[in-house]
Amino acid sequence: MLLVILAPLAFAAVAFAVSSGRRRPLALVAGALVHAAGVVRIVAAPPAHEASSFLGVDALSKITLLTTTALFLASAVYAQGYLARRSDRDNRTFVGGLLVLLAAMSTVALSRHLGLTWVAMEAATLATAPLIYFNHNARSLEATWKYLLIGSLGIALALLGTFFLALSGSAPGGPRTLFVDELVAAGPSLSRPWVRAAFVFLLVGYGTKMGLAPLHAWKPDAYGEAPGLLGALLAGGLTNFAFLAIVRVLQVTRAAGEDAFARDALVGIGLFSIALAAVFVVGQKDFKRMLAYSSVEHMGILALGLGLGGAATAGAFFHSMNNGLTKGVVFLSAGNIHRAFGSKSTDDVRGAARRLPLSGPLFLAGFLAVTGSPPFAPFFSEFTILNGAFGAGRFLVGALFLAFLAVIFVGMGTTVLAVVQGEPSRAAEPGTKDSWLTAAPPFALMVAVLLLGLFLPAGLKGLFGDAAALVGGGW
Amino acid sequence: MLLRTLFHLAVFVAMPPLLLGVVNRTKAIFAGRVGPPLLQPYLDLAKLLRKGAVYSRTTTWVFRAGPVIGLAAVASSGLLLSMGGAPALVSFAGDFILFAYLLGLARFFTALAALDTGSAFEGMGAAREVTFASLAEPALFLCLLVLARATGAFSLSGMLGAKLPGAWAGAAPALLLAAIGLFVIALAENSRIPVDDPNTHLELTMIHEVMVLDHGGPDLAFILYGAALKLFLFGAILSRLALGGSGSAVVSEALFLAGLLAFAVGVGVVESVMARLRMVRVPQLLVGASVLSAFALVLLLR
Amino acid sequence: MSSATELVFILVVVIDLFLLASSRLGAAIRIVAIQGALLALLPLLLTHEEGALGHAVILAGGALAVKTLLIPRMMFSAIREASIRREMEPIVGFVPSMVLGGIGVALAFAFSARLPLIGSVHPFLVPTALSTVWAGLLLIVSRKKAVNQVLGFLVLENGVYVFGLLLADAMPLMVEAGVLLDLFAAVFVMGIVMFHINREFSSLDTEKLSALKD
Repeated sequence: MLLVILAPLAFAAVAFAVSSGRRRPLALVAGALVHAAGVVRIVAAPPAHEASSFLGVDALSKITLLTTTALFLASAVYAQGYLARRSDRDNRTFVGGLLVLLAAMSTVALSRHLGLTWVAMEAATLATAPLIYFNHNARSLEATWKYLLIGSLGIALALLGTFFLALSGSAPGGPRTLFVDELVAAGPSLSRPWVRAAFVFLLVGYGTKMGLAPLHAWKPDAYGEAPGLLGALLAGGLTNFAFLAIVRVLQVTRAAGEDAFARDALVGIGLFSIALAAVFVVGQKDFKRMLAYSSVEHMGILALGLGLGGAATAGAFFHSMNNGLTKGVVFLSAGNIHRAFGSKSTDDVRGAARRLPLSGPLFLAGFLAVTGSPPFAPFFSEFTILNGAFGAGRFLVGALFLAFLAVIFVGMGTTVLAVVQGEPSRAAEPGTKDSWLTAAPPFALMVAVLLLGLFLPAGLKGLFGDAAALVGGGW
Repeated sequence: MLLRTLFHLAVFVAMPPLLLGVVNRTKAIFAGRVGPPLLQPYLDLAKLLRKGAVYSRTTTWVFRAGPVIGLAAVASSGLLLSMGGAPALVSFAGDFILFAYLLGLARFFTALAALDTGSAFEGMGAAREVTFASLAEPALFLCLLVLARATGAFSLSGMLGAKLPGAWAGAAPALLLAAIGLFVIALAENSRIPVDDPNTHLELTMIHEVMVLDHGGPDLAFILYGAALKLFLFGAILSRLALGGSGSAVVSEALFLAGLLAFAVGVGVVESVMARLRMVRVPQLLVGASVLSAFALVLLLR
Repeated sequence: MSSATELVFILVVVIDLFLLASSRLGAAIRIVAIQGALLALLPLLLTHEEGALGHAVILAGGALAVKTLLIPRMMFSAIREASIRREMEPIVGFVPSMVLGGIGVALAFAFSARLPLIGSVHPFLVPTALSTVWAGLLLIVSRKKAVNQVLGFLVLENGVYVFGLLLADAMPLMVEAGVLLDLFAAVFVMGIVMFHINREFSSLDTEKLSALKD
């Protein structure tokens, strides 16, 4: 189990030690392969854990680990092509930071202790900050500062919430612990006002990391200025782990009998995020910022699904996997388009399908997937959530959800079609072309998203059900 | 008892100029000078009283009434104040409000007299004085409320009386904060550094001094004496608050007088080591004193 | 013992208020360092059992090293490197932020009396923690310069740390060490970013960071 945490760290150390900028990115692939092997082993034969061990595996860890390792492997391959083109930049911090990020994310996935979860989330935040600054210009600096400050603020509030949670169990005879299993077992004996306060602070704290509105302010900047590769890992990877942290908290909150309040809060903040994304996606000229708002939307969908309960929760876990993979497709292909045109504004970028015969169509397909069009997997997960909303008799929530999705589809469609279609303008210098290293990874992810939509293996479906059962949901 | 009251009256009348002398001597020592004699303020007052007064033709009776009413108000507020733990001459529930407003009345007439001259400088000084006073007043009331809450008494004699040492045992932090707040208010109310500089001779930067530029002779003597009385009043509250007293009357009185002198030295030290604040920063200081006293009150109320 | 603890808590709150009014950067950093030292004292003052003393000593030592020595030193060197003007420029004036801080303190003291606390917790602990968190938030949102925002973040973390003392026995040492280390690393990374901001914009004024918006 320690393999998936220590291996990336070891390769990060290797990356920092290697002096050749050309060979260093290979550490990414090596780290990703070892990580993937470790994840396969964990999923195939999960090691048992005790209530008071820091690390452990459950359905939730498996889902997030599977998603992340696939996404990271694709990104690692992509990075070979990307970093070869950006040989002007020193990539020591970038490669090392990505591997540290992977280690921190794996720690969050496996952590059974809320304090450890917090430490790992903070480590992930800090490892990401230098990566956003990869381009070393004023705009990326601004994005880095906002990310750091807002992220640290959120994470500080999450720490306060964690303390509240520990306090809730500190009555005589209480568990006096932060181990998730012990807290859940102690459920009804927890002090309910403190659990409630803890949930609010943790939702705000980890919600900031997830990028739920109105705590999303860092997101468009960071995703807009960071390399597409990092955008993919943040939007598809790190945010999922913040979501996972919130699910863990919800587990405890539910055990304490405060889940009605928590679910209402989740539905509210989820719908608000989707609505806000709908407002900002329309007329967005910068296609990377557009993707960031799309990420806000999907985080809203996750929160909504978690809040609705029942089958919608299983749908939310299904969606977290789909979102991770689809975000990989769109961010990586958007990164290619950005490179090829030297701009990320629809004012300059036209005819991506002509100039980039692979990335252009992939971007279009990714857009269709990300907005929930059949037959891609996100359609099915979003449909499950919608179905859950109507099934639970929450017609207003369902109707609003549907309406916002429609607006987002139209809004994103306008931008994406403007990018993909048409004739590339002569003035724009032809930049880098598609290469196999940069086009194959998003293509592979796209195929995975399509396959998940067409056929959901029973094992995975069971996994989503098990994860939902942790917070009282299920297919 | 009567003897103690008479003693207090005598101290109240005779001692205030000495405090000014102590402040000046402290500053002189810090500056490495010998400084004026300790009793110089008495000599100054005597000199001024022997002089005649000159009144501008543009002024009215308000100008002449200002110093007299000012001195009378401050002197009567002194009758409300308990000194050395003994009850004051006049004492009733809520007398601290009268105390604060007698000081306010004195300021009001000083400001009015300044405005009466029609001089631009004096108007400016009056405006500043009143602005800062309006910020110092809430802080003063908050401090007095802290005292009232800590001792459970609603008269100055009760607040500063026998219950005060007992209150220290239970509410030391709050009383300490209130004492700090009160010291800041004392500096502001008495036009001392860091709020105002009593020695400045540049009208643009003056606050209190510029208001009394046109007074001379006995009028100026009244004003100076009134200012000394006011310094004494705040010193008396702080001395009692900080040092407390013991059961024995003689020891209490000795502590009280020592506290007054220590207060004067403290003011002198502050004036020597601190620079005057920029005018825009003064409200911050006073609001800070209010917030501090409010915090003290919160500590007591919870 | 108890009154010493009380005094430390009150000083921590007074420092919060002072910071909200302080206009000098150097003084503010020093005063945050003093607050850190006071916070390092707290675990020692609050331990009841003999067995927990070792834990408390390690925690106090860690807090002293990080909050009082390392971070303030780093901030001072950041000021020197970047030759920052020492005067602070607030977005919200000093007086309003002080009043807001005072209101926050009052509310913290009023509400924490109603929270269901268990066991023999010092009555000032929770309000002090909440006031300090509130002061930190105010400092972050009301100051323009990057250094001041970092300072606000430190104050916020100090508040969280005070709260964490409630749970000294529920938190394994490893986690506490992780928290301190993370804080240190956060400030370190912020320091580096600050250095770059200064080089890029010749100023640490975060109002210049406004190219990215919708």
